[in-house]
Amino acid sequence: MEMKVAKKKLGLKERYRVMTRDLGWEPSYHTKEALYPYVGYEGIKIHDWEKWEDPFRLTMDAYWKYQAEKERKFYAIVDAHAQNNGHLNLTDARYLSALKIFLQAISPGEYAAHKGFARAGREFPGVGTQVACQMQAIDEIRHAQTQIHALSNYNKYYDGFHAFSDQRDRIWYTSVPRSFFDDAMSAGPFEFMVAIGFSFEYVLTNLLFVPFMSGAAYNGDMATVTFGFSAQSDEARHMTLGLECIKFLLEQDPANVPIVQAWFDKWFWRGFRVLGLVSTMMDYMLPKRVMSWREAWNMYGIENGTALFNDLARYGIRPPKGWDDAEKAIDHMSHQFMLGLYQWSFGTSFHSWIPSDDEMAWLSKKYPTTFDKYYRPRWDHIKKLAAAGTPYKNYGLPKLCQTCQLPTVFTEPEDPTLICHREVEYKGERYHFCSDGCQHIFENEPEKYIQAWLPMPQIHQDPIRGDLGAWMDWVNLKDGQDNGDYVGSNDQRNFDAWRGLATSNE
Amino acid sequence: MSTVFIALQTNEDTRPIIEAIAHDNPQAVVHRQPAMVKIDAPNRLVIRRESIEERLGREYDLQELQINLITLSGHVDEDEDAFTLTWNS
Amino acid sequence: MAVAALKEYVGVSRDRVENYHGKQLVYVAWDYHMLFAAPFMFCVEPQMKLGDLVRGPLSALMQPDPDAASIDWSKVEWLKLGKPWTPDFERSIEENGIGHKEQLRFRTPGLNTLRDAA
Repeated sequence: MEMKVAKKKLGLKERYRVMTRDLGWEPSYHTKEALYPYVGYEGIKIHDWEKWEDPFRLTMDAYWKYQAEKERKFYAIVDAHAQNNGHLNLTDARYLSALKIFLQAISPGEYAAHKGFARAGREFPGVGTQVACQMQAIDEIRHAQTQIHALSNYNKYYDGFHAFSDQRDRIWYTSVPRSFFDDAMSAGPFEFMVAIGFSFEYVLTNLLFVPFMSGAAYNGDMATVTFGFSAQSDEARHMTLGLECIKFLLEQDPANVPIVQAWFDKWFWRGFRVLGLVSTMMDYMLPKRVMSWREAWNMYGIENGTALFNDLARYGIRPPKGWDDAEKAIDHMSHQFMLGLYQWSFGTSFHSWIPSDDEMAWLSKKYPTTFDKYYRPRWDHIKKLAAAGTPYKNYGLPKLCQTCQLPTVFTEPEDPTLICHREVEYKGERYHFCSDGCQHIFENEPEKYIQAWLPMPQIHQDPIRGDLGAWMDWVNLKDGQDNGDYVGSNDQRNFDAWRGLATSNE
Repeated sequence: MSTVFIALQTNEDTRPIIEAIAHDNPQAVVHRQPAMVKIDAPNRLVIRRESIEERLGREYDLQELQINLITLSGHVDEDEDAFTLTWNS
Repeated sequence: MAVAALKEYVGVSRDRVENYHGKQLVYVAWDYHMLFAAPFMFCVEPQMKLGDLVRGPLSALMQPDPDAASIDWSKVEWLKLGKPWTPDFERSIEENGIGHKEQLRFRTPGLNTLRDAA
């Protein structure tokens, strides 16, 4: 017999109050300053931590329930992918290059974000903030784990997936997200929140996960779609918290406004440089494309960014300093960076290739003012070199930017045919930059950025001393397997052979 | 005017939710992209529990949205009955 | 501006010249020749003759560009710290006043085939 028990159900707001705010306590035998020593030195003033609101009003019990549901959905699909030779449903194995970059460059960033939020949760005094940081720390480690787990299914069959953590630490194109996270994690707790909550979550993850994961669906990669969307469902919450955190800082004290603005300026540009990598994935590495990098930027950068800045204008916030330079770079950046990745492909743990005629036609349609004028002649020449039996490799190691750590491949905002050269002397030592944005970031905190570990100059120091073979061993890159042109690679050979087996009875 | 948006995975769970949103927000535009649906609206979008329950034929907790949510834009305000996105501009 | 910190904050540069065992870094860029995605980095002895760097490793790296074979080095225009500069190929890197991590640029007016191709 069913017994009807009259259960008094708490409302959402009341439950949130009981399950978060009431978990806090007042310290009795230590001062607040001793408990939270890092909360003041950045100059941010907080008068009332109670004003911090989680708009989702998510409590830990509900959090576990919904996260468990997401995990079940994720593993159902990852299992199906593994059981049904999901890797052979891809449009083409060239697509794997985007996944390799993702695993080497982005997934370790999720892990770094986990560590950062675990720390921030300890350093902030407000209990609402602590609970939000705790949830986000758990989310981020879940993202790192589900991504690594999903992509391990590809590691069984293809090259370049096996050493992502070494490559995150040691190879060159990953140093842009690595330095982004190192920079954020070595900043104070409030700057960390703006760096990750605003720049990474709000500006970057929409551009990274949404069109790119939709692209994964287009290219037959259900495993990636699943981890991508599963992660992004958390990101929607993180973005909202990031925005809430910014509003909170701006409302607590007018003196916070210029500090937050300076962080916006800095972290917008740092995030924009990480997007350089994402732009090549979208424009060049998806065999079947959903939208161009330019189209994605219009939707998630300009439209969404402008909505945010218009909204924050009431606090005296203006769009970030590098906003106009970013707009000038959008139609160039993927092409400039991809030409670099191709010519230095002996040093990448993924394959690249000369775009096919079809792909070039698509690029010229999507970039009507830039591709044919600036970039097609270079690819045509590279094609000619390959046809003549002298494929183009640039063994000249590149100059790197001291701030973003990318090769200085980007051009003057006003002249797309000339590399942007910027240089600063600090305490008798020269430092080089890819842009005004990166130079300004350095000039604001030179003592921080002079410590940058730059992968290219490092090759000429101990213990590598300029030996490219020793460097490949050290970064765990197998020459002739993991690197170089897609055409003639193991990945190409194996994918074609296995797909042939899967669709015939030979 | 600024655009608020919400994007949901394309699946059986979200079909009635998308229908409910389109019904409750006549100004909203529904974009169907590979594996996802993005719904844009000028300045304000509201998702109502009751409208979803009518189509679903069962009780619905708005926090279930978390499971199929991909991304959103705008300030969030959530209680038992409605999930609202707004921009002040 | 200083780094916001709780105590004195002092950084150490990781690319100081003493880490290169008697050598130094030099960057060279061929302006408007974007087939090369970034300036070249060389690690050389300061006693090396500049001409040996230019005719040796630099020329070797430049070969894939269609203009490489037509260069007349006596007509090349050089920039150092972004300003016009006249190098002496017969003297060393050091004697030419080229410091650690110096950026040299050069231009070849009339020879910009790939830039002018479209």
